[in-house]
Amino acid sequence: MKFGVVRFPGSCDEVDAVLACERVPGGSAQILWHGDPDLHGIEAVVVPGGFSYGDYLRVGAIARFSPVMESVIRFAREGGLVLGICNGFQVLCEAGLLPGALLPNIERRFVCRQVNVEVVRAGKPFTGDCADGEVLSIPVKHTTGRYYAPPDVLGSLEARGQILLRYAQDGNPNGSSNDIAGVSNADGNVFGLMPHPEHAVDPLTGSVDGLKIFTSMVHAHG
Amino acid sequence: MSTRARVLVRPKAGILDPQGVAVERALPALGFEGVSNVHVGRLIELDIEDPSQLAAMCEKLLANPLIEDFEIVSEP
Repeated sequence: MKFGVVRFPGSCDEVDAVLACERVPGGSAQILWHGDPDLHGIEAVVVPGGFSYGDYLRVGAIARFSPVMESVIRFAREGGLVLGICNGFQVLCEAGLLPGALLPNIERRFVCRQVNVEVVRAGKPFTGDCADGEVLSIPVKHTTGRYYAPPDVLGSLEARGQILLRYAQDGNPNGSSNDIAGVSNADGNVFGLMPHPEHAVDPLTGSVDGLKIFTSMVHAHG
Repeated sequence: MSTRARVLVRPKAGILDPQGVAVERALPALGFEGVSNVHVGRLIELDIEDPSQLAAMCEKLLANPLIEDFEIVSEP
C-alpha cells in the first residue's frame, strides 16, 4: 500500500509517519506537499501532527483549505482511507470529514505522556489488527486535544460504533467528551485520533502498539 | 471604497472555556474581586469592500460555528 503523508508548513510528525508506514511489510510512503493538489497515485493518506500554518486563527482552520486538502477531501468522499493524527485530526474535523472539534485541554496545559487507549471497536480498516477491548500504549502530546461534539452527535457516534478508541481507566488527559481518543466518520474510511501511533512503532521508545493502526490499514487494503 | 469591520468570535455558551476560567481565577489574586462569567475570544479587524460577505466569511473560516459564536460589527 502506498501511503501519502501530507506536509504543511508547521507539520512536525510527518517523517515519523513515513517511517511508521514503511515499517509495515507491503507499506511504502511519500510526502505530499500542501501546495500540490496532485495525490500522486497514493492509496491512503496520513494527515500528520504538528502546527499546520502555525495553528493561526484556530487549529486546522487554514490547513483545511490548502490545495492538497481539497484533493484529500475528494479522495475521502470517494472512499479512500484517510488517517488524521493529532493536528491531522483537527484538520479533518475542520474539513468536515469527521464530526466534532478539538478544544483546548481542560487543564490548559500541554500534555506529553504515554497513555493507555482502549480499542472500543476492532475492525477494518483502522483497527482490524486489534481485539475489542485491547489496550494500546501510545503517547499523546498536545494542547488542544479535548474532543467535543454536541450531545446529539455524541449519542449518534456511540450508537453507530464510530468511537474506535477511548482513553482507558481514568486516563483522559484532556477532558474529552466520553473519554474519546479517536473517532471515524459514518462510512468508516476516515479516522482521527489525538494519540500518536507513529511514535509507538519501535521498542526503543517503549511501545510498538501504534504500529497496529498502520498494519491494519495495509491489511484492510488486501 | 472599503469599510472597516470587526468580527468578534466567542466560545459558544455552555462549552467550557479554560482561558476564561484561568483569567477569572487570576483576577482575585491581583485584588480584583467580584468578577465572574469571564470568557476569552478573538477580535478580527479588517477592511472590506463588500461587507455583505462577512457572514459567509465567518461561517467558512473566521469562526467554527460548532464551537464558536460570531458577531459582526461594521463601522458606518
